[in-house]
This record gives sequence, structure tokens and C-alpha cells, in this order.
Amino acid sequence: MSERLKVRKTYKLYIGGKFPRSESGRTDLVDGDNVARASRKDARDAVVAARKAQPGWAGATAYNRGQILYRAAEMLEARRAEFKHLGVSGEEVSASTDRLVWYAGWADKLAQVTGNANPVAGPFFNLSAPEPTGVVGVIAPPSLLGLVSVVAPAIVTGNTVVVISTGPQVAITLAETWATSDLPGGVVNILTGDPAEVAPWLASHDDVNALDLTAVADAALAADLEREAAGTLKRVLRPAGAEADFTTDPGLRPMTALLETKTVWHPKGF
Amino acid sequence: MSFLDYAPAPESRSVVTIESSYGLFIDGEFGPGKATFKTINPADEQTLAEVALAGSEDVDRAVAAARRAFPAWSGLPGAERAKYLFRIARIIQERSRELAVLESLDNGKPIKESRDVDLPLVAAHFFYYAGWADKLEYAGFGPAPRPLGVAGQVIPWNFPLLMLAWKIAPALATGNTVVLKPAETTPLSALFFADVCRQAELPAGVVNIVTGAGDTGRYLVEHPDVNKVAFTGSTDVGRQIARAVAGTGKRLTLELGGKAANIVFDDAAIDQAVEGIVNGIFFNQGHVCCAGSRLLVQESIAEELLDSLKRRMATLRVGDPLDKNTDVGAINSAAQLARITELTEAGDAEGAERWSPPCELPGQGFWFAPTIFTGVTQAHRIAREEIFGPVLSVLTFRTPAEAIEKANNTPYGLSAGIWSEKGSRILAVADKLRAGVVWANTFNKFDPTSPFGGFKESGYGREGGRHGLEAYLV
Amino acid sequence: MHGLPGVDKVGVEARAAALSTRSIKTTSKAAAIDLAIRMVDLTTLEGADTTGKVRALAAKALRPDPADPSCPPVAAVCVYPAMVPAVAEVLRGSGVHLASVATAFPSGQAPLEVKLADTRDAVAAGADEIDMVISRGAFLSGDYRHVYDEIVAVKEACGPAHLKVILETGELGTYDNVRRASWLAMWAGADFIKTSTGKVPVAATLPVTLVMLEAVRDFRAQTGRQVGVKPAGGIRTTKDAIKYLVTVAETAGDDWLSPDWFRFGASSLLNDLLMQRTKLTTGHYAGPDYFTLD
Repeated sequence: MSERLKVRKTYKLYIGGKFPRSESGRTDLVDGDNVARASRKDARDAVVAARKAQPGWAGATAYNRGQILYRAAEMLEARRAEFKHLGVSGEEVSASTDRLVWYAGWADKLAQVTGNANPVAGPFFNLSAPEPTGVVGVIAPPSLLGLVSVVAPAIVTGNTVVVISTGPQVAITLAETWATSDLPGGVVNILTGDPAEVAPWLASHDDVNALDLTAVADAALAADLEREAAGTLKRVLRPAGAEADFTTDPGLRPMTALLETKTVWHPKGF
Repeated sequence: MSFLDYAPAPESRSVVTIESSYGLFIDGEFGPGKATFKTINPADEQTLAEVALAGSEDVDRAVAAARRAFPAWSGLPGAERAKYLFRIARIIQERSRELAVLESLDNGKPIKESRDVDLPLVAAHFFYYAGWADKLEYAGFGPAPRPLGVAGQVIPWNFPLLMLAWKIAPALATGNTVVLKPAETTPLSALFFADVCRQAELPAGVVNIVTGAGDTGRYLVEHPDVNKVAFTGSTDVGRQIARAVAGTGKRLTLELGGKAANIVFDDAAIDQAVEGIVNGIFFNQGHVCCAGSRLLVQESIAEELLDSLKRRMATLRVGDPLDKNTDVGAINSAAQLARITELTEAGDAEGAERWSPPCELPGQGFWFAPTIFTGVTQAHRIAREEIFGPVLSVLTFRTPAEAIEKANNTPYGLSAGIWSEKGSRILAVADKLRAGVVWANTFNKFDPTSPFGGFKESGYGREGGRHGLEAYLV
Repeated sequence: MHGLPGVDKVGVEARAAALSTRSIKTTSKAAAIDLAIRMVDLTTLEGADTTGKVRALAAKALRPDPADPSCPPVAAVCVYPAMVPAVAEVLRGSGVHLASVATAFPSGQAPLEVKLADTRDAVAAGADEIDMVISRGAFLSGDYRHVYDEIVAVKEACGPAHLKVILETGELGTYDNVRRASWLAMWAGADFIKTSTGKVPVAATLPVTLVMLEAVRDFRAQTGRQVGVKPAGGIRTTKDAIKYLVTVAETAGDDWLSPDWFRFGASSLLNDLLMQRTKLTTGHYAGPDYFTLD
């Protein structure tokens, strides 16, 4: 009896909860797989999907967002074998899963840590609370842990993301875990391809609020993207450079950098 | 004379002595710059003083002085830095009458505002941040927060001394040293502040004041030895600064323009809403980035509200900024007056209906009558562009959802107002407004403990409160 | 009643404070002082009042500053009903009005018939203005109809006399209630709405008066009928009085800047106005011994 012929997986993009091919029809051959190479129009579509999803995602209760991120951790844990097959170590899958769990717990706590009741000198209630900045463009590191470490802090607070990844198989496999985690379509959108080609379209896009350049190794590209981002005064998370180490405690900064502080005043009187 | 005419009640100009010329304040000393320029009183166009213009070498010297001062200043125990700031706060309180008159002379704002709003807030800011200087490890930015180094700060002309306080107080409390450039049209209060620093015996170089125009600001922002840039001003200049800083690793905070919606629902406390609208747009001649420049009023009460608003506007007193009864002072500069004039003419041309109360404007100086435009739609320039003057655009809405949609339909996101007596509506609308400061049943309130700053193209970073420390710490 | 727009406490108090910063100098101040004198309801409402005491007060109302004939008389003398005949004798033909508190002042806790008799007696004795109190108990319990009917009945009992309705704002608890009570009184026919009896801890305040001025302004805009306002109690200095005049001018407007439409219920205020008046005329500060204590 001949050996059973394997059913291969096709790695496409992840936009608006669906897995479309690149509108350009382009693919790259990566480790034997034809993976989609995203175009500027895919980036455009992804931003539309992210914007559409953002109010609903931000409007979900923090408890609900935390539950969904925890569900994503469950799904990731369950895909351990597949990631191993893609060359991701068991330790890295464990660390990635644990990180998702860590961020899931932040969903309903961050506002308590970063918000303030402000004792203004007058008869006013005054409260500062964090809010998501909106749609975030993320140039992701290729590793699973890196990808989880940039996406989770962005979305846990209610942002939606358009991710450009150079690790297509890992990224799209991770997308499959999110697609089965009750995460609403459009909250996370993944474009695989060349950041130098696609990222400038995100950096200059009027409907993108922030840009995460943490994982950009090319300093000249990062500076160009930051300059482009200045056009609409996007919030920019600058490259971590050689220090980009996703194994350490990330602290609050990856979350707080993508938040706005809203301060509400109201008089107090009978 | 009838009682209603209110005889002139001028604040005494003699409480402030303005020298004929001022130098740059670098390393604890006043000295000459590359050239000079004049600063005038916008209420009568008379020259107040000649001021040094800082060239690139002058900015170099100032940054170098700040760099030299940094190790010792940042190395001081926080409690000692605190005491310098407390001293500064006290000196400002004691000199507040003098500084208020100075501010009104150079800026054109009514003395009652510089006296009752600007100066008390300036002192309060220094008091507030003084107290943080020895408590930074408890501020929530890590166990051992450190200062960034030299902060280059560029501030606008609308609240000269208050914007200085917003910038300098947190910078010094956190152990940074400062080079600050005041606006070209309002340099004097910053130079008087330099004198306050000397009076407080603040170590030389900790605060440096370089006066000048756009070029001076550019030298400062682009200076390679500046670690942190803080800017308050227009969104266009903010964009240029963000571009200039890109790739340099300099930390940046920006407080930029706005086009705030002030939303009045049909159940609002109408008389207080009218006050809030007036305060929202005519406070400081509307030279306020967070001004409530777009009135969104529920259609069912629009007519009644506008009648009340017009009646209230008719009681506004426009004129001599030093008169204690003046409500609306002078426009800060000829250039700003031209900008306001151009945009309001666009409003006329686009078909909006202009209304101003009868009011006699002085012959000398720069003046613009309080103005409202009705029949404005989202497509009008006066509904989209920041006018930065005493001009209100009035739009209507039918439902809360429409109000929110219109309020957020702008690239800006600095502030917003909500007027309603229904708690759940206020909270729901406040949640959905994309703005950094939401005033519900009040407007244009400021406090050193309360973070201020925008969403979207209104900038990033927060000034004031615990949040305001973050911009100056690593 | 509950359809009236609300009043935000912080906002209305901030507005009153802002109006208080108006700086009224020189000629405006002189005009304001004379206007304020002409608006005073010179008041004594003590258990110890005697005919001798109220006659002296009435004499002072006619000539507040005997040393200066240019000083105008006050608007009215305000006394208890029992004192009305004595005062009427002094004021007759002078143009100074005679106001009397009636309707079981100050509590208002008496049967309607007693209140109406009180009113009729005062008018019959010569009062041409009646200051009645509303039943705060009924108002606070939500029985607006009762309060309304009482005012209507008293108004009728007044005949030709003008009716001032005392809301006793210090007992109403909120500015919302001040606005509601103002409208209720105006709908029921009040010629004036008045803040206080002077017999409870909180009398007239500037923000309360501001709310009432907004009410009369809006009431006229809606009905065409103009109603006056009278803050009473606690206004003791010229400085305070001028703040009230500024508030009148900038809230209700010019039309209310007359003794026909605005009054101060006060006693010690008059002497301070006279002292400030003298200071403006003579250029030096005046002393209390130079003014009569009646």
C-alpha cells in the first residue's frame, strides 16, 4: 500500500476574518510553500476591515476581550504540533501561549493601573481613563513569540491591527488560531510579504492611527516610515533595535503606547 | 453716565516695568542674540520692547548650557529640586499682579483672564509638579525613572506663561534641563520668568530662554543634543517637527490644533449651556486650541438656544485688555487677524449666515467682534478648519448618534463638550467622542492635576497630572 | 413644572461669581448707589417693633440722608400688618410704597382663611404691596396645585395692592426648585418674586437671584408679562448691592433696572449705601455716627 499523499495547506492572507489571496495574485515561494505576497491594495483592504471592526471591538466589555484572548491562548496551545512542524520550538509555543494568557488578564485591569481620579481644585468630578488609539499598523517580527508580543498588547485594549509579517507560515497559522477564538473578523489582519513594499502605505494611510515599528531592524526604513507617519501625526512605537528581546517581561509600554488618555470633567452639585 | 455703561476700570499699567530691550537668558545670564525684533501691544500696536533674536549659535550656547547643568540638576535629591519649584511657585504668586498686567499687554487678553485664570494656574502648576519631584518612583512609570536630558520646548502665544509652566514645571521636577522658546509675538512673560528663576536662585543653565521666530524654534527642535522636544502650536508645524524628529530617537510630545464640538442636547440646563458656549469660544478671544468652535445643537431647541446665545453675546464687552470689565480683548497679531478675517469671509462666501452683536471696536490695534455663523454644514471651511478666533460655527443634529458622528468627523481630537441633564447620555456620549478632554456640563476648565492632550491630529502625549510626567521620564 | 430646563449648580454659581468681578467705578458707581437706594424696601420685621420704631423708619425712608437733599427716598417700607397704620400716616402722599408681610409670615403654616384675612387687613390699613410666603411644605411635598391656588387666592385678596411672593429659597434645597417655584408663582399671578423672609439661616444669594432673574426674563419672553424680583436678607454692603445690579443688568436687562422691577429687602444696607454715597461726594471715607440708626 502506497504512502498516503499529504494534503498541503495554502498560506494566504488574513483580512476581515477571511483568508483571501493577494488581490495582486502574487506569491512568494517560502520553504517550499507558495505564500501570498501582499500588495498596497491588500493593505488598503485590511485597513478598511480593521477600521470597520474597531468600534465594536473597543465597545466590547473588557471582560469579553480578555475571554477572547484567553480563548486564543487555548487555541494556540492546541496547535503545538503544527507549530513544531513549522520549526517553532515547544518552549516558544509555551512562551507565546503564556504571553497571550498574561495579556488576556490585562484587559480589565489596565484602566485601573493607568487611569486616574484627578483631584482638581474645584467642584468637579474628573477622571482620566485610557482608550484605544484606533487602527494600528504593525511591522511584525518573524517569530511566533515576537508576533504574539506585538499583536496582543495592541488588541487587548480595543485597537485593531494590520500586521505585516515576514514569517508567513507561522503568521497565518497563528491567524487560524485567532479565526477560531471568537475574535471578531477584522480585529487582526495579517499581510505577508515585504515590509519595505507595503509598510509605507500603512505609514502614510490617513485612516491608520499608530505604527508599531518595534521589530523593524532596518534603521533607514524605520526613519522613513516614521517620517511618513508624521503626515497624520500617527503614534509611533520606535524600533527596539538590538534590544528587541521578546523573552523578557514586556512591561506596560507595548500597551500604553497605543492608548489615548481621555479626561472627562463633570460638575458636582445638587 | 448710566450705570449700565460701566465707567472705565483700568488696571494700573505701572505695576509692571518693561525695559526697552531684553536679551536671551542663557546659563543664568541675559545676553545679546544675533539680531533683535520688536514685540508690540496688540491692543494699540505700540512697541513694548525690543527683544533679542536667537540664531543657531545662540541656540547652540543655550543647549550647551542646559547640557552642562543637567548632571548636577538631575543628580540633586528630588526633595531639593522640589524646593526650587516651590520657590518659583511662591514668587509667581507674589508677582502675579505684575505678571498678569504684562501678559495682557503683550498678548492682548483681558486682564480678568490673565489675573483670574492664567496666573493662578501658572503658580498651581509649579506647586503641583514641585510635589512630584521626590515621588517619581511612585508615579507608575517603573521603580527607577530617569530624566531624559535636555528638553527643547516651543510654546505658542495664546497662553504664554501658562504654556511655559505646562512645559517647564514637569521637565524640571523630573530632573531635565530646559531650553524654551516663547512665541515671537509674546516673548516678555518668559523673559520675566527668567528673572523669577534668578530670584529663586535656580542653578544657571537649568532654564534657558531663547526668543525668536520660527527659525529659532527649528534650530532648537533639530539640535542634535536635545533629547526631548515638546511643542504646543499648530498642527502644520507639529507635522514638520514630527518629520524633523523622525529617526533621531528624540522623545516628542505635541499639543496641536482642534475643532472641538460643543454638543447641546434638548434637555440641557440651557442657561449654563449658553455660558459654556460663550466661555468655550470667546474665552481668550477664541485663541484656544481646545475652544468649542463647533456648536452642535439639537434641532428641537436650536432656535431658543440661539436666541439666548445672541442675547448673552450682546453683553460681552470688547475692548481695552487692561480694563477689568473687558470680556474679549485684542486679537494677538495682524497675521492672526488676517487669518480670522479670511476664514470668516470664506464662511460668508460659502453661504453661512454671520451674526455679531453691535459692538464698537477700537480704532488702533487688532480686533474682531464676537461672531457666530449659523446654517453651517460639515462641508464648510469654517466647520473644518481651526479659526483660532472668536468665531463660532453652529450646526444642528437630530439624534445622539448624529451628534457623535458629526463631532468625530474631523481630523482633530483635542476636546469636546456635552450639555445634558441625563447622566447615562452624558457617559455614553463621552465614551464615544474621540477627544482627549471631554467637558460635560462645563467647558474650558483646566487644572494641574488633570491631563490635557489630544487624539488624532491634535497631537500626542499628555500635559498635566500624573500622566504629564511620562513625557519627561525614561 | 418638571419640564422646565434644569439648573446646573456649579455653572450658575460660577456665572454669579463672574458677574461679581465686574468693577464698577466713579460715575457708574454713583449712579448705581442712587439706583440701589431707590430700590430698597426698608424693612423691620421684629417681634419688638413698636409704632415709634416704625415711624422713625418711615421717616428715614423719606429722607435717608437728612444732610443731603439730593439723596433719593427708598422704594418702600416693609413692616408687619399691625404696624401698617402707623407707617401709612408717615408715608401718605410721598410716593414711597408701604409693603406688609402677610399670610402667616414667616412660616406660612396657617389655614388659608387666616392668610387671606391677614392680607385683607393689611391692604385695608394702607399697604399697597403685600409680601406673602408660599407654603414650602406643600411645595416640597409636590403639591404644586395647593401652592398655586393659595397664591391665586391671595392675589385676589390683595385687590389693587401689588403681590410679592416669597419663595423662601433657603428652604427649597435646589436651584431647580427655585426655578420651578418662580414659574409657579408667576403663573399664579405674582407681581414680584422674592427670595426670602430673612427668618431662616440662608437668605438671598446672588446665584439664587440670578436663577430668578432668568425666570422672569424667560417668563416675559413667553407670556409678555413682566414680573419683578426682590432679593431679601443678607445684603448689607454697597459692594453686594452693586453685584446684584450688575446681575440684573446682564441677565434680565435694562428693563428691570428700576424700583418698579427690582427691590432689595434690607435694613442695614441703606446706611452702607449712604456712607459710600458720601464718600463719592466728599472724597473721604464716611463714619457710621454721621448716619441715623433708625
